[in-house]
Amino acid sequence: MKTIVKKRSIKPAPAQPKADLWRLRLYVAGQTPKSLTAFANLKRLCEELLKDRYTIEVIDLLEQPQLAKDDQILAIPTVVRRLPAPMRKIIGDLSNTEHVLVGMDLLAQANRAIAGGGTP
Amino acid sequence: MKKTLAKPSFHALAKTPTGIQGLDELTGGGLPRGRPSLLCGGAGCGKTLLAMEFIVRGAQDFGEPGVFMTFEENPAELATNFASLGYDLPALVARKKVVLDFVHIDRSEIEETGEYDLEGLFIRLGYAIDSIGAKRVVLDTIEALFSSLSNTTILRAELRRLFRWLKEKGVTAIITGERGDSSLSRYGLEEYVADCVILLDHRVEGQVATRRLRIAKYRGSSHGTSEYPFLIDEDGVSILPITSMGLNHSVSIERVSSGVDSLDAMMGGKGFYRGSSVLLSGTAGAGKTSLSAHFADAATKRGERCLWFAFEESANQIIRNMRSIGIDLEPAVRSGALILQAERPTVCGLEMHLVTIHKLVKEFKPQVVIIDPVSNFAPLGTEAETKAMLTRIIDFFKMHHITALFTSLMGAETFMESSLVGVSSLMDTWLMLRDVENGAERNRLMHLLKSRGMAHSNQVREFLVTDHGVELRDVYTGPSGGLLTGSARAAVEAQEKAEALARQLGTAGKKRELAHKRQAMESQIAVLKATFEIEQAEAIRIMEQDDTSAAVLAVDRAHMSGLAQSSLAGGRRPPTPRKRGRAA
Repeated sequence: MKTIVKKRSIKPAPAQPKADLWRLRLYVAGQTPKSLTAFANLKRLCEELLKDRYTIEVIDLLEQPQLAKDDQILAIPTVVRRLPAPMRKIIGDLSNTEHVLVGMDLLAQANRAIAGGGTP
Repeated sequence: MKKTLAKPSFHALAKTPTGIQGLDELTGGGLPRGRPSLLCGGAGCGKTLLAMEFIVRGAQDFGEPGVFMTFEENPAELATNFASLGYDLPALVARKKVVLDFVHIDRSEIEETGEYDLEGLFIRLGYAIDSIGAKRVVLDTIEALFSSLSNTTILRAELRRLFRWLKEKGVTAIITGERGDSSLSRYGLEEYVADCVILLDHRVEGQVATRRLRIAKYRGSSHGTSEYPFLIDEDGVSILPITSMGLNHSVSIERVSSGVDSLDAMMGGKGFYRGSSVLLSGTAGAGKTSLSAHFADAATKRGERCLWFAFEESANQIIRNMRSIGIDLEPAVRSGALILQAERPTVCGLEMHLVTIHKLVKEFKPQVVIIDPVSNFAPLGTEAETKAMLTRIIDFFKMHHITALFTSLMGAETFMESSLVGVSSLMDTWLMLRDVENGAERNRLMHLLKSRGMAHSNQVREFLVTDHGVELRDVYTGPSGGLLTGSARAAVEAQEKAEALARQLGTAGKKRELAHKRQAMESQIAVLKATFEIEQAEAIRIMEQDDTSAAVLAVDRAHMSGLAQSSLAGGRRPPTPRKRGRAA
């Protein structure tokens, strides 16, 4: 539990208002290629769209199996958006970016980013 | 020889008893141990209930903890639903005998992006299994995944892996599935779970719904192949396979009285065998219930318990009516020796009746059961179903050494020896009551059509219901060969009595006359004897006389010849009788 449940939290702005903080959890089962892909994809997206406004908590169900039940996890890998509400779940290795954006309601952020990038 | 016999049993498929009444008998011991079984059926068939009973019985009766993973109801709902069956799921969960795991998938919450697997489900299940050391697992119903996740390719591959994983885990699992149109289950789960497939069905026939169970497949084991009706009641699932009753019940040579002495007399004076089945068929009003009351009365007076299923009259009505023939059943009812279970047969289907009977018999443990009348079951099913049900009842009673009396109503138009759905062949003793119209009366007759294993009277008796109970009387054959009953019989009886008296008187006269004749004969003999003796004496006398005269003659002759000789010797002159010489 101590070793593999990696809380690779990136908390650049703790004073940020709550409504703006994205708390994400990634459920994996060991270091499988799918899990690693999912983590890489998730981190890339977050860096692009939610820079300094997110935390990613990686939970290895092999170490904390009871969390599978508590958090209703079925598929691996699963990303759970705990904040902002409502809770959303995205399953899969997040290779389809469009689906991730839709599933996480990140479209608005993405559009803003694109718009911001377009007009310097 | 012994080795070859022992070997296959060693390798035989190990089975896990379900604890569900009847199912273990049907499957020859239960579900395949350590393997998944598929349970398919439409909505409302009882899949969840049967699966839950498997878990609860395992935990309670077999010491095998179980995991119930549900995709449809949450644990609180399950606990409420099964509380009505007497299953205290929260307590079992608290005692770590059962784990209820509700897998909730809301499609609107989930987005699929790219490759994934169901490792989370495996971990969940594995964790649940390991947390209580579960031996049994139910997945109810895993097909819900197909409606929640769109990638069926992944799903199918993962399910295949799941069932293989369950086998490796060595847990006995039940996977439930919806019944499909062309396949056993809607999503073809039978492809993955191939060891044992049980189908449930719920059909309505003639407004009566019946649940049925069939074992479609059981790899490596023999099993019952028919459709078996089953029931869900407050004790859970009961399957009553007809095959579960064998014809190998032990029999008794003890006899029990029918309660009517004259009827016992027709059966060698002892009555029915204990544990035998007696059919009492008769037309309406023939006295079936009255005879049953005698039987019940006799049983309770012997100190036995009697269970009476009344399908036509209420308990109070029976008690009142039987009082009019001098049988008071109320004390027995009050003391608990007699239970009058009155119910309309149409309240439920055949199977439900069967189970009601089973349950009451198991609770009350009666020595005598009366079903009055059994013919009321006939409209509840087809002839074959009714007969199958009665066969099961009869076998059940025989197994428990219960002497059972079944009454059966015959229509007036039915052929005399025909009886309800051919059940008579199942019965050991068959009494038949019928009406005979005679003059201006209808009278009751009783036959003992058969009584297995005992000498019994072949005579027809007249059956009288008097204010002190049932009596049997001999019947008379009239001059034209017809039977005489009722007042005609009474008239003949009186006439016969008179004739007998007359005959008696005549015989006495004859006897006296004979005595006279004998006397006369004897005196004649005496006279003849006397005459004879007189004649004999006379004859003897005469004969003696004759002898004497003959002897005298001989002497005379000798004398005369002597004289002649002396005359020759002495000068030719006889010495004395000169006259003789002169005469010469």
